[in-house]
Formats: sequence, structure tokens, C-alpha cells
Amino acid sequence: MATLTLTGVKKAFGATQVLHGVDLAVADGEMVVIVGASGCGKSTLLRIVAGLETPSEGQVRIDGRDVTPLEPADRDIAMVFQNYALYPHMTVFDNMAYGLKIRGLPKPEIRRRVEEGAALLGIQELLARKPRQLSGGQRQRVAMGRAIVREPKLFLFDEPLSNLDAKLRVQMRAEIRRLQKRLGVTSLFVTHDQVEAMTLGDRLVVMHQGHAVQVASPMEIWSRPANTYVAGFIGSPAMNFLPAVLVDGGGAARLAGGGAPIRFVDGPRAGGEGRAVTLGIRPEHLEVGGPDALPVVVDLVEPLGSESVLHGRLADDTALVARLPGAAALTEGMRLAIAPEALHVFDAATGARIDPAGG
Amino acid sequence: MDAATTRRRRLRGAAWAHAVLAIGVLIFFLPIWITLVGSTHDTATIGRGDVPLLPGGEAIANYTAAWNAGGGRYRSAPAGLMLGNSLLMAVLIAGGKIAISLISAYAVVFFRFPGRMLAFWTIFLTLMLPVEVRIIPTFQVMVDLSLVNTMAGLTIPLIASATATLLFRQFFLTIPDEYVEAAKIDGAGPLRFFRDVVLPLSVTNIAALFVILFIYGWNQYLWPLLIVNDRGLETIVVGLAKMIGSGDTQNEWNVIMATAVLALVPPVFVVVAMQRWFVKGLTETEK
Repeated sequence: MATLTLTGVKKAFGATQVLHGVDLAVADGEMVVIVGASGCGKSTLLRIVAGLETPSEGQVRIDGRDVTPLEPADRDIAMVFQNYALYPHMTVFDNMAYGLKIRGLPKPEIRRRVEEGAALLGIQELLARKPRQLSGGQRQRVAMGRAIVREPKLFLFDEPLSNLDAKLRVQMRAEIRRLQKRLGVTSLFVTHDQVEAMTLGDRLVVMHQGHAVQVASPMEIWSRPANTYVAGFIGSPAMNFLPAVLVDGGGAARLAGGGAPIRFVDGPRAGGEGRAVTLGIRPEHLEVGGPDALPVVVDLVEPLGSESVLHGRLADDTALVARLPGAAALTEGMRLAIAPEALHVFDAATGARIDPAGG
Repeated sequence: MDAATTRRRRLRGAAWAHAVLAIGVLIFFLPIWITLVGSTHDTATIGRGDVPLLPGGEAIANYTAAWNAGGGRYRSAPAGLMLGNSLLMAVLIAGGKIAISLISAYAVVFFRFPGRMLAFWTIFLTLMLPVEVRIIPTFQVMVDLSLVNTMAGLTIPLIASATATLLFRQFFLTIPDEYVEAAKIDGAGPLRFFRDVVLPLSVTNIAALFVILFIYGWNQYLWPLLIVNDRGLETIVVGLAKMIGSGDTQNEWNVIMATAVLALVPPVFVVVAMQRWFVKGLTETEK
């Protein structure tokens, strides 16, 4: 059991700065998910923790011990790779036992650990097989097993679910979470899938262009995104962004497309009259009708059974996506109202969240 | 068109194909057959000039003579000895080439050291310098090292090989980086990784290369001819050529042909024994 601390981790490949100083503290037994679009530096960050890359600057500490100069093998970590990286010529047993064998553990101890790990994952019958005789899900389990038998201080997962089909992915996701909780091993999980991130993590690190933009619990990130990038990345379909200006001394906003001002129920925003802002509203927080509803031209309705996703445009051509319960009746012109308590306000220039002044 | 016509056409097509194949087989097999038959007659029968097409009764005598005493104008070394020399040479060349190529390809692919690409291109360049081109300087070096008339002198210059290095390099490049990283996390050092992962994955490639390089080594002619004049080190390919005299001497064709047949056996055996691996290594990648 261990803690992981990153301080000011930077990485440059030649002239390209990939990480701009990442700080992160992972508590003992915590599962932290690093999420971001491809190229945001999330995999590099994980590889730095693993010791497969050296940071240009900054420190990695496991349990308070500085491991930055150490080799991967000396860091007491285990990693599950995207393609599993099972040695194709070794049996499942040998794959799981290889790291232990190199460490010079006695044979009976290796056998005991591998069998325990296999039992935990339900792969006892597969121990004599070669990786190519396994299905994707089974390989995934073996890769997990290889990590577990090492009894490491830290689990690292590098998009381990991305090669599985959708159904298996959901199943393995739950299984990884259950296992991690049961073993209580501090874990770092990298993914580009925001649903995976939301369901797996105790906390999320949202990365964007080499910065850790927001580090918080999934619900915190969902309900109070730090900026428009996080707001747009987490949640599906993505949040709608509407350009607006503050009116009424910051107590309300008027959309660029016109219409009645929308009053903030949680208090006025600083900056006063005329400040350019971006209003964020999630598709599920739009509803049909209401007194101040906005006229919407509907382009497309995607019926999903329990709900419908509606793609439309406002009067000034701003795209708007709404998630409405049931099978929404498609009408050319329809009026959608914004739930004011679910409104997010961001600065139009920087994209940073604006919270109520003094609230 | 009715079914019978179609059938007839198909049969005619098949007959044609078989006829062409049969001619091909005859063309390839006839010389070998003549050699085989020739090795079973006495000198006089062959010396008359007509080529017998049916085996005679002197097989045992001819093969015993070839094996124990050699023959021909030049009184070659016994075939048994020459076969042994050839076998040792071919195995040393194939084994040496594979060992050196494996190690150098491993270094070039998996390590980052200064001059890595220079080393690779230097190896690559030697592709353009086969033994025949560098034969005089190589001979000089062997003389200076007093390696003339030794097995080392016979094999070492033939061992340096760019072809095998290139082949292994290409294969190593297909080994995913993730194996290397998994091994690093497992704590396997470079030599351990080489032994436990790279070598087992290369087995089929090694086998295929062994077949090719064994034949290459076995068929060496010019270099052994130059570097060896001790008859105790003579290889069978060179010895066989030396047995055939020119001018008005009477060649002992029966013994020569028996020796030729003996010279065929080891390469054929290697190909047949390793055929399965050979095909696998050329067509299949384990992944």
C-alpha cells in the first residue's frame, strides 16, 4: 500500500513540450483516472511514473521515496498494457510467473501466488495455454493477473480496455474496479473514454495539452467543470456553449442570439454589465416549453428508446443539443427552456469557470 | 455446353499441365539419375562413352573406394574425410553467421548507443563486398594471422554476414515495444530479455536461416580452394572438382560419381529434416 506524489513533472521530446509541470498526490488505496484526448500527455505521464520515460524536470515519489532515478523494476509497480504485452511463446503460468522468477522468489512461493491470482481472476483452467489460444477478455485477465501476482505498491493501467468490444469493456470495467477495491492497491488508470473515467475513478485528472486542467472527484468535475474544455469533454452528449453577455449588474445573462435575459439563481457574477461570457448547459438540462423558452430549429432527432437526442439550431445559428425523455415529437420549430440552476458560466476569453461573486 | 464437354475440357487441361510438369521433373531428375547410375558401373563401362541408363553391379565397390580411398586422376582424399570437413565447415559457417548476426541485430535494434546507425550501415555496406571481391586482402590477412590451412582460416572470413544481420534486424523490428517495456517492469535485463524472449521468438527464423546458410557454406568453392592445400582439410566440393582431370587422362567416372552422390546427401538431409521449420520461418510470424 502506498501513496504516489508527482511534483512539477515536465517532459519535452526535443522541442515539443509534452507535459508542462504536473502535480498530483494520490492517496493510499485510491484509484485515480487520467483522462484526456489523444496527444494530451496522459500516456507520457503514466510512463514517467512507470519509469519507462525520464521526466525532463520534476519528481516522482512512491511512499515518500524519490523513485525518479530508479529503473522500472526497482519501483515496485506493475503495469497493464494496452495490447497486454503477454509473451507469446510462454504459457499463461509462465507469463504470470516471469517477473517473480527474475526476482528469485522460491518456486513454491511463485506457484502459490500465481494460483491465487488465477483463482481471483477465474483463469485457473487457462494456466497451461499460450496467449494466442485466448480470447481478448481472457488475455486482459492474464495481463491483470501478471500485475496482481507481483503484489506491487502501485498498479498502472494504460488504456487496458480499449481493445475489447463494447460489452466486454463494460464488464471488465466493473471487474477492475471491484478487484482494485478489494486489493486496495493504489492505482493510476489512463483512458480517453470519459465514461470509463467517470465510473472507475475515485478522482479524475483531466489533461489538456500537457496540463492537468482539473483534479477532482467525478461528480465534482461533472457539476463544476473548471473550464470549457473540461465541461465539453466530460458528459455525453457534450455540453452546449452559448455566447452571452452579463446584464443586470451581473445577475443575469443575455444570449447573443437575443431573447429574454436568463437570471442566475445562485447569485450574480463579477465583472458587471457587458462582460462577455460563455453559458454552458448540458443537453439533459434542457426541457420543452416554459415561459422564457428559446425557439429552436430542429435538424435531427436520434431516438434511443428511453430518451431522444435532439440536434437543433438557435435563431443565431448556434448549435444546440438536447436530451429529452421518451420519444420526442419532431416538430420543425420548437421551444426549449434552460434549467437556470444547471447553468454554468465561463469567461468568454479564457474559458475559465466564473463562480457567483462572494457565493 | 453440356457437362460431358466441360469435363472433357477440364481433363484435357489437366493432362497438359501434367505433361509439362512431367517434362520439368525429367529435366531436373535426369542428371541426378545418370549420376546415380554411373556410380554403380565399373570404369570401363563408363569410359566407353555410352551412357548407361540402368544401374550396374559395382555400387558397393565404387562407394567403398570413394569413401575410403578417394580416386580420380589426382587421387583425392577419401570422401569420408572430405565429407567430415565439409560438414564441419558448413555447420561452423551457418552457426557462426547466425550467432554473430543475432547479437549484432539485437544491438542495433534494441540499444541506443552513439554510432548505432553508422555500425548498421557499415554492416549493410559489406553486402556489396562478397568473398570474391575481397579475396586478396582477406587472403593476406589470413596469411598474416597464420590461419592458412586451418579450419579457422577456412570459416572465419565466411562468417561475417550482412544478410543474416539484416534479416534478424527486420524481424526484431516487428517485436512490439511493449514486450521490451513489460520485460523492463518484470526486471529482465538485456541479456535475460534476449535469452527469454527474443531467442524463443526467433526460433523459426533461425531454423530457416540455418538451412540457407548451411547450403551456402557447403557449396563454398573458391575460398576453400585458395586457403587450404592440406589434403586433410579438403572439402568435398573442392575435392570433387579436383578429381576430374583434363586432357587425355582416363577419369574414374564411377568413383567421381559415387563421391558426387555422397556430396549430395548432407545438404539434402538438412533441407528435408528442417523443411517444416524452413517454410514456417519464411511464411509465418508468431503473433
